[in-house]
This record gives sequence, C-alpha cells and structure tokens, in this order.
Amino acid sequence: MAVFSRGFGGRVRESTPDLPPGQFLTEDFPVLSAGPTPEIDTAEWEFTIRTETGASHSWDWDAFRALPSELVATDIHCVTRWSKLGTSWRGVSLDTLFEEVESSYDYVMAHSYGGYTTNLPLEDLLDGKAWIAYEFDGEDLDPEHGGPARLLIPHLYFWKSAKWVNGLVMMKDDEPGFWEQNGYHTYGDPWQEQRYW
Amino acid sequence: MSSHVDGNALAGPLSEVFHTDMTTAVCCCDGCGETTTLASEMVYGAHGLVVRCRSCDDVLITIVETPERVVLSFPGVSSVSVERGAPSA
Ligand SMILES: [Zn+2]
Repeated sequence: MAVFSRGFGGRVRESTPDLPPGQFLTEDFPVLSAGPTPEIDTAEWEFTIRTETGASHSWDWDAFRALPSELVATDIHCVTRWSKLGTSWRGVSLDTLFEEVESSYDYVMAHSYGGYTTNLPLEDLLDGKAWIAYEFDGEDLDPEHGGPARLLIPHLYFWKSAKWVNGLVMMKDDEPGFWEQNGYHTYGDPWQEQRYW
Repeated sequence: MSSHVDGNALAGPLSEVFHTDMTTAVCCCDGCGETTTLASEMVYGAHGLVVRCRSCDDVLITIVETPERVVLSFPGVSSVSVERGAPSA
C-alpha cells in the first residue's frame, strides 16, 4: 500500500497526516441512520453488560452519570469516507464499566435501542480505547447522533460506535452484527481500509 | 433527522442486480405480514440502504454497494413476487 501513498489520496494525507487512506475531511457531522431515531427518556434508559454466566451488570441513568467521566478529544472516521478531526466528547470509559465484570469471552456484541447490533473484540473496548459518550462539544448528545448515549470507539470506523447503545453481551466467538452480516468488514480498521467483506 | 425516502430510491441500485423494475415487486414482511410493493416501503440511507416495513419498521432488506459488488440481504422478507415482463422480441 505504501507504494500508492503519493498517489491521489496521498496528497491529501501529506498535508493531513491524521487522515486515513481514502478519507476526506468534513467540518459537518453527517447523520447516518439505519432507521428511525428512537425516543429514549433518560428516566427509562438502562445500560447492561451480560456475561456467559448469566450475570448482568446494569446502570440506570443516574448511576451511569455518577461514574467518573473523561473528556475525549479524538478524530472520527466514517466508512462512507468522511473524517472529522479534533472532535470533543465526554463519556464513561469502558474500563470503568468493566471493572467488576468477569468473563472469559473475548468478543462483545453491542446492542442498541432500535435493534442495531455491532460486534467488537473485547480488547478494543479496554485500555482507554472506548467510551460510552453522552456529550458532544460540551452539549448533551443529540438524539440524531445517538443520544442520550452512544459507544465511542474512535480507532475503528464509526459504524462500530453504536448510537443509542443499551447493552453489551459477551460472546465466545466473533459473530457479525447488523452491518457486518450485510457487507461490512468484521473489524473495520480505517488505517487498513477494512471497509467491506 | 433520521428521515427516510420511499422505495423508488431502490430503482437504481437494484437495477444493477435484477433486470426488471424491482420497485413494483411485491414484498411480504416476515414480521407483520404486510404485503406491498417495494416502492411504498421506507428506505433509510446509512452505510448502505436499509429498507424497512412501512407498517412495523422491521428491516426487510439491506443493500451495501462496495466497489466490487452489491451485497443484498433479506433479513425480514418472507416472499418477493415479481411480475413477468412481456417476452422481449
Ligand atoms: Zn412489517
């Protein structure tokens, strides 16, 4: 691939080294939704992590918001080729949420209000790489962008950062989620251009 | 806005795969049994196209266009019926 780095896409990348191959910068925040925006009242919101033993760890909105949060400044990369650099989020690290979760499984299926799913290796959620985000640019996360809370996994293509997330289920094997069943790459590393099957 | 358009938006991508007008194909929803033309279903554009049942919102069809292929999935369709065209001369 390095051979092509000074080709068409390469010129963009020379001036913007933070841009993965095949991506273009946008100042907007495009809205991509596979379905209607679910209306989620934080009074009814719940986030649950389930393991192979049947154990479940749940947080309602107040318990979730009482957890320590982090300010996250990061770039995001959408598989539809837009990237947005230097975005600002606030959320709870998955390290915090997994503190008391015990599982021998290595994979996770993320579930969302509205039925969306996406699969992830557990190691991509831990060690400061992923958050459940509830603020964007200092404001409550807009429902169109996944509010009240969404996954934020900036090192993978943004379809992995499931909007309206409400739970994680531990999986023994890597099974495909919604887009991964229907044409998109199972892992989705933007630096490797892992867009499709 | 998570707005959607109607199923006529499917004419282009599906004409690459099916050599007949698929917007007049009649789909039966596996979830609720609603039976109607593809043209009258709801289409959301995300990382691909998502066709949802106009009556129950279930995902009927997804269409992902990659540089090399068109990937069609029919997770929520129990049948598709297509009218036969007049035999071409
Ligand atoms: Zn239906």
